[in-house]
Amino acid sequence: MTNPTTNATTAASEHATLAQLGELLDRREVSAVELATLFLGRIERHRDLNAFLDVRPEVTLAQARAADQRRARGETGALLGVPIAHKDVFVTRQWHTTASSRMLRGYDSPFDAAVVEQFAQAGMVCLGKLNCDEFAMGSSNENSAYGKVLNPWDRAAVPGGSSGGSAAAVAARLAPIATATDTGGSIREPAAFSGVTGTKPTYGRPSRWGMIAFASSLDTAGLLTASARDCAIAFNAMLGFDPRDSTSVDRPREDYTRHLEMDLRGLRIGVPAEFFAAGLEAEVEAAVRAALRELEGLGAVLVDVSLPTAALGIPVYYVVASAEASSNLSRFDGVRYGMRAERYDDLMDMMCKTRAQGFGAEVKRRVLVGTYVLSHGYYDAYFLQASRVRRLIADEFQRAFTQCDLIAGPVTSGVAFGFGEKSADPVTMYLADLYTVPSSLAGIPAMSLPCGFGRLGRPVGLQLMANHFDEARMLAAAHRYQCATDWHLRVPGGF
Amino acid sequence: MSGGWETVIGLETHVQLRTASKIFSGASTAFGAAANTQASVIDLALPGVLPVLNAGAVEMAVRLGIAVGGRIAPRSVFARKNYFYPDLPKGYQISQYEIPVVQGGSLGFAVAPRDGEPYVKTVELTRAHLEEDAGKSLHEEYRGMSGIDLNRAGTPLLEIVSEPQMRSSAEALGYARTLHALVVWIGICDGNMQEGSFRCDANVSVRPAGASQFGTRVEIKNLNSFRFLQLAIDHEVRRQIELIEDGGRVVQETRLYDPDRDQTRSMRSKEDAADYRYFPDPDLLPLEITPALIERVRGQLPELPGAMRERLVRDYALPAADAAALTASLPLARYFEAVALAAADKKAAANWTMGELAAALNASGIGIEACPVAPGELAVLVNRVSDGTINGKTAKELFALLWSGEAQSVDAAIAARGLEQISDAGAIERIVDEILAAHPAAVAEYRGGKEKAFQSLVGQAMKATRGKANPQQLNEILRRKLG
Repeated sequence: MTNPTTNATTAASEHATLAQLGELLDRREVSAVELATLFLGRIERHRDLNAFLDVRPEVTLAQARAADQRRARGETGALLGVPIAHKDVFVTRQWHTTASSRMLRGYDSPFDAAVVEQFAQAGMVCLGKLNCDEFAMGSSNENSAYGKVLNPWDRAAVPGGSSGGSAAAVAARLAPIATATDTGGSIREPAAFSGVTGTKPTYGRPSRWGMIAFASSLDTAGLLTASARDCAIAFNAMLGFDPRDSTSVDRPREDYTRHLEMDLRGLRIGVPAEFFAAGLEAEVEAAVRAALRELEGLGAVLVDVSLPTAALGIPVYYVVASAEASSNLSRFDGVRYGMRAERYDDLMDMMCKTRAQGFGAEVKRRVLVGTYVLSHGYYDAYFLQASRVRRLIADEFQRAFTQCDLIAGPVTSGVAFGFGEKSADPVTMYLADLYTVPSSLAGIPAMSLPCGFGRLGRPVGLQLMANHFDEARMLAAAHRYQCATDWHLRVPGGF
Repeated sequence: MSGGWETVIGLETHVQLRTASKIFSGASTAFGAAANTQASVIDLALPGVLPVLNAGAVEMAVRLGIAVGGRIAPRSVFARKNYFYPDLPKGYQISQYEIPVVQGGSLGFAVAPRDGEPYVKTVELTRAHLEEDAGKSLHEEYRGMSGIDLNRAGTPLLEIVSEPQMRSSAEALGYARTLHALVVWIGICDGNMQEGSFRCDANVSVRPAGASQFGTRVEIKNLNSFRFLQLAIDHEVRRQIELIEDGGRVVQETRLYDPDRDQTRSMRSKEDAADYRYFPDPDLLPLEITPALIERVRGQLPELPGAMRERLVRDYALPAADAAALTASLPLARYFEAVALAAADKKAAANWTMGELAAALNASGIGIEACPVAPGELAVLVNRVSDGTINGKTAKELFALLWSGEAQSVDAAIAARGLEQISDAGAIERIVDEILAAHPAAVAEYRGGKEKAFQSLVGQAMKATRGKANPQQLNEILRRKLG
């Protein structure tokens, strides 16, 4: 890149939002190949973050050239030529897919996940695959078989999990946007810890086809982006009915940007007292309260709501999610693909040894818990009871949404913790999901957006939740907030 | 049962549904393809795949539900049955557990005991549920290794469970044969038992006659022929009775029948039974079946064999045994009805269908669907016998011509070949006179008391008319002339 104009554009592109990159491409100020080259360079320079598991510049550049050709033929599109990176639980034909597990080291899928396919059709250029907790199980990204991901704001802190690679990549602007998945908070918690915007749509809105299952009734594909507006633009390509996923909802596609210029006056934002109880770090509470005042200043009305059953979310979640996981992960047996133990006596021994060697400690813990709660004699007391309480939590949200349009609160009780601080005690780690799990159990959309900094200068996230299929209004409120503040525009030093 | 013991049998039958594709994937279900060529990414349980229910399989379950008078659940649930086995790709089988698609219903069938009169029995059904089949492990083909063929994985099955209401292997056999005929009749199964399209598990127990409590039951797995079903049950009943009479106790277990040795052997006991950890499959929504779907399927169902049997007896005045034989399969029944509608003599139509036609089909090893004789022509043939145009002997020859294709039309063949029966008394008399004159020795023998000579003279006369003489008339005239 010797051309000075290109250099200036490149500098402008580095921290640009997805929306801005689309405009630069539209105005032919930058090409898809230039953008791909730029971000591949950033990925290479910041390999120490360990955000990416598989990068193949030649495949990326080929996709970028194809996008440029589409533009040259007169095609347009907000995403055409814009780079993206995918969490490693989305299967891809051209990059390995491991779910960050030893079990799937070097695995190549013969097909692309629906989400990957949709963004490819929209002309997005894939930069590679992102590290995460093994099979999306974790809250710190410390459970990856391929090493931890560093938080770009503070390399001593976890980036959050399970979508830690996605959050770190967007925070460090190694990619302008990244796909992620949220089962109990795996998008929102890393978004909060890494200071980016993370959005989980309504369960059933994105296709799960090609998403390696952790807990099927909760797994929801979503995005980590630099802004709510970016998320709305990308959701337009990503969210729609897919007949290959029986839980996909057959509703017409919608324009998620349609409410972005919405006036917040009169918007009722519910504030659940239970989300501000003991255990919430003072700095986090202060930042979240300030964000609520900001929204109030924009015309929103704060309403007190109550979600008393939500507190049961953690035990309910760890019963339901572990039960489903124990069954979903049974296919990893060494018979057909993936890892196979080297030495074994017979078929059963081969399967046992493969699973013993292929899964990490957290995955094994959840498979064991899940197996236990589904066992004869325990099913009613655990799985069935948890399923009932899950319904109560969902009903409680429905009652709350008769009083308000959105619900707001913290995403996490504290800022990003240090490596190893919680990994010794799984229960402490599980409690990190306290505020994110209820909306997952209810299947409603929820997001985290940067709203300040707390202890040790680590980012704080504001959580917004909306009723089923009300993503557009939730994103609009977030966008109005981001128009009035600049937390989301801040990029960690050195990036 | 023998020596004061009563046998109690319940059957679980796995019916392979004849959908073109699998129950949760688009892969073909055709039998006999090269190993693993009919396993899609879904059947292989690759990471990221999801099941989508085959609507055709659901309609077939509804068909059975209607045919047995069961309740079709407006909402049923697919569950995961979790266990590890190399030919079970997902590590769980998708089945229905708490809420099956069909609940209740019954099956009536004829029983032919080895000693005693045949009778009719009705057995209640517990349920029928949809599930997927597993793949196959090939242990013999590879030395020191096991091969896995996943072509069968995901093949749709309907498991039909009876109440434990059968009391002998003959009753179990009657039930199984009737159920087999029914699922083929309503078009949900190809009925091919050698290819495993219809397999039975038998739950067998014995108890002292008159006891109200059931004995401990043993499950005999995978009986894929009617003969083995009966043999296995007979053997198991003997084994259990001997065991108890020798002071032993039957243990609840699963046994396999070995047809080579005619014995059952233990596969696993209740203690080693896996805990399948059933729970609703979160990848599939509950299966909802609307009254409109049930009515649509009902409209497509053919008349059921039981109803048709009764109608054949009523409308065509056929003996019950004929009606039963003619409703052995839907194509046979349909063929017969086509003949009967055009034939004046219904019983003759039945006789021809069950007699000459069935024998010819048997001899050439083809099914009724491929029968070269159109039912309309068989009806004409039957009518030409009834109206005296041809005699029975000519009819049989004519049938052979129709079968071989040498003749297409009965009436045209009669005209072209001059096969019309000679019923003109004067003509027959002239022939008889010639025969008597030409065979004085036979005449003398007859008059000497040898009845055999009469038959020889009839044969000569028939020969002279090329078989066309009306047999009754010929007999009468000959007797009169020989006086």
